[in-house]
Amino acid sequence: MVDATPHAEQGVPPAETPELELYHPKGWWTTYVFSQDAKVIAIQYSGTALAIGLVALVLSWLMRLQLGFPGTFDFITPEAYYQFMTMHGMIMVIYLLTALFLGGFGNYLIPLMVGARDMVFPYVNMLSYWIYLLAVLVLVASFFAPGGPTGAGWTLYPPQAILSGTPGGQGAGIILMLVSLILFIIGFTMGGLNYVVTVVQGRTRGMTLMRMPLTVWGIFTATVMALLAFPALFVACVMMLFDRLLGTSFFMPALVEMGQLMSYGGGSPILFQHLFWFFGHPEVYIVALPAFGIVSDLISTHARKNIFGYRMMVWAIIIIGALSFVVWAHHMYVSGMHPWFGFFFATTTLIIAIPTAIKVYNWVLTLWRGDIHLTLPMLFSLAFIVTFVNGGLTGLFLGNVVVDVPLSDTMFVVAHFHMVMGVAPVLVVFGAIYHWYPKITGRMLNEAMGQFHFWVTFVGAYAIFFPMHYVGLVGVPRRYPELGDVAFVADSVHSLNAFITIAALIVGFAQMVFLFNLVWSLRYGREAGGNPWRATSLEWQTPTTPPPHGNWGAARPIVYRWAYDYSVPGAPEDFIAQNDPGPQHRGAV
Amino acid sequence: MAETPLDGTATGQSRPVGLHGVAADWASDQRAFKSVSWGKAMMWIFLLSDTFIFGCFLLAYMTARMSTTVPWPNASEVFALHIGGVEMPLILIAIMTFVLISSSGSMAMAVNFAYRRNRRATVTLLLLTAFLGATFVGMQAFEWTKLITEGVRPWGNPWGAAQFGSSFFMITGFHGTHVTFGVIFLLIVARKVWRGDYDDDGARGFFTSRRGDYEQVEIMGLYWHFVDLVWVFIFAFFYLW
Ligand code: HEM
Ligand SMILES: [Cu+2]
Repeated sequence: MVDATPHAEQGVPPAETPELELYHPKGWWTTYVFSQDAKVIAIQYSGTALAIGLVALVLSWLMRLQLGFPGTFDFITPEAYYQFMTMHGMIMVIYLLTALFLGGFGNYLIPLMVGARDMVFPYVNMLSYWIYLLAVLVLVASFFAPGGPTGAGWTLYPPQAILSGTPGGQGAGIILMLVSLILFIIGFTMGGLNYVVTVVQGRTRGMTLMRMPLTVWGIFTATVMALLAFPALFVACVMMLFDRLLGTSFFMPALVEMGQLMSYGGGSPILFQHLFWFFGHPEVYIVALPAFGIVSDLISTHARKNIFGYRMMVWAIIIIGALSFVVWAHHMYVSGMHPWFGFFFATTTLIIAIPTAIKVYNWVLTLWRGDIHLTLPMLFSLAFIVTFVNGGLTGLFLGNVVVDVPLSDTMFVVAHFHMVMGVAPVLVVFGAIYHWYPKITGRMLNEAMGQFHFWVTFVGAYAIFFPMHYVGLVGVPRRYPELGDVAFVADSVHSLNAFITIAALIVGFAQMVFLFNLVWSLRYGREAGGNPWRATSLEWQTPTTPPPHGNWGAARPIVYRWAYDYSVPGAPEDFIAQNDPGPQHRGAV
Repeated sequence: MAETPLDGTATGQSRPVGLHGVAADWASDQRAFKSVSWGKAMMWIFLLSDTFIFGCFLLAYMTARMSTTVPWPNASEVFALHIGGVEMPLILIAIMTFVLISSSGSMAMAVNFAYRRNRRATVTLLLLTAFLGATFVGMQAFEWTKLITEGVRPWGNPWGAAQFGSSFFMITGFHGTHVTFGVIFLLIVARKVWRGDYDDDGARGFFTSRRGDYEQVEIMGLYWHFVDLVWVFIFAFFYLW
């Protein structure tokens, strides 16, 4: 049983580990730049991720301008379109969302939420950020390399990725991309080991695994997955780098380019696809699971109600994480494989729908008869549920081999994955920022700007991606910079494309308002106090806000209950903090 | 397994044994692995991740080998040495493997002496381990040179499938890098032991400002044994297959 009962404190076991010896910064540089404090590292990670994410956003406008008004913009050549598309996809998935959820939210929230003073190895944690920054810089450098960045698509499929027909294929573009990914993986591993060990071995007294907020569960499971999935990408990158630089033929079959027989031969492009998707599918859940966790906490807090089925939620996260390692080939239905494999991977794919659906039901049941406050975090959470269900349903179409074959490589796929892994997690990122900004800065984000941001983003995202399903259904392929005059493309597609582009520009503008809000509120935001949302989890119970170096002042908190004691009958307030020992002991400990 | 309290605070509470013990530990607060320090836990998880890297490399190599349409060079002929007029298949690899396995033995002894705080013996054994590791890398360099002079390149070789050379250089190179890093860290740890940094009044880490302890020798050992174990698989799949 979950200890949902208000006064369930038992004798809390004595401390098992000594106090963490913190690194005490000796000056400005070690306090704010080369800081070993997980909170500073978190802000550095988030800032870098948002900055590079802005590049990806601008690239999406350029792509949309080309699709909506083909032929109008001379500088968007087909080559440039492919480069924009590749960089947009790669940055969004890896350098923005993965880095932001794990490096940003993970660093800030894990130590605070489990009652630790910091990550277990702060120095390694700091290195993690600097290597990530290096990876980002290498990525940015590829924009300025001769020939420009790679245009191979974010999946980087060989053989085309390293051939001269692909932008950046014979220049430095693909090399820098691969090097950047390798660096990213090394940097992430350093941070990821920290997050995992902190959760498993570094919790405070009374904090059992089954008392952890779901946010921690989501980030933790995603990190474990990343530590097991990134190796496949690492290996694929190393091998492709060799194919490109040393002339090996791991992925390269014998082929003729421009009438010339190339020196490659005997390699397997399908092998790359397997390695890539063994990473790529878990990656989808690496950005989804933290979002699941965070959204559970936001919903519970802002509906003043305990999360429905906490244990089910935890097990669903773990089961989704495990299952997502055995579904990867559903991205390869059209690459050619034995029908039995297709059958196997379709089955496992559809089985994942079960724990996922359980989570959705539990969110809805948490809301059911809750005291719903339509605060900004709550609005974004609700929007997440809607878009996620939407994307999940189209996923059922694409998971079935026979339905996927005609839909594969159409805009329907683009609409699907933007709904489920683009828009949905990004909405959670926004919700989470509105929720935790007061803890990080001590001030609330401006509500009016926030409302504007929310409505434009939510409605706008639907305006962009909903029509895209239709565009895909009528057969418009993805990764085509221009459709030209083809008979099967209806006129409505052209007008819809223009409409989508305008919506994308408006949504993009709303993000500028959001960024402005982040800066403006730093100075002019309303004072938040320590616990503006009257939330239970530990990060809201720090002695000062923002939390100091070492988080807890003299003594670490002791945990007596789970994180979801909202609206407990008979309690003096409508929430009971996790470190509240209960009425008999208040003031005693 | 005996509990290793990190300071005096862990009480000698009796804990359930067997599966019940595992369940109790995971249901408890603070730590899921009661006798494992942070450093050790981190090394174990890193090694798990690294296992996936080597696993992917080896699987990729097997795929290449099984799907190739040209013959695969015969390992026992390629990796043979002419010694005194006799063709000795796999002789160099046998010696390399022997050296590396022996280094695991000296590493294990170093860990033992470290916990007994016998600094002199620990340093000697660590240096011996590093020496054996360096010897391994040296012999590998010799083998690479030999193959290269015989015309093996990453992109081709005189005897068959080009992927032979590609996989060979990639996998042994990646493993050799691991050994090289291991040797460097063995030397660093040996120096720290020699200076008494791990003693109770020892120096603090330069960057971390934390005190080390002799467990770090054991953590180093975990890595070293892992690199050894990986070699056994490479040996089996590359040279014996
Ligand atoms: C305002 C928001 C966004 C707009 C307007 C947008 C637009 C686009 C467009 C036009 C494409 C190219 C479609 C094609 O020609 O095949 C694309 C591809 C892609 N987008 Fe987005 N996107 C947005 C946000 C995101 C986010 C948040 C993610 C994060 C997961 C994302 C991930 C991707 C990926 C992975 C691709 C595939 C790239 C490829 O085909 O190689 N996008 N997006
Ligand atoms: Cu997938």
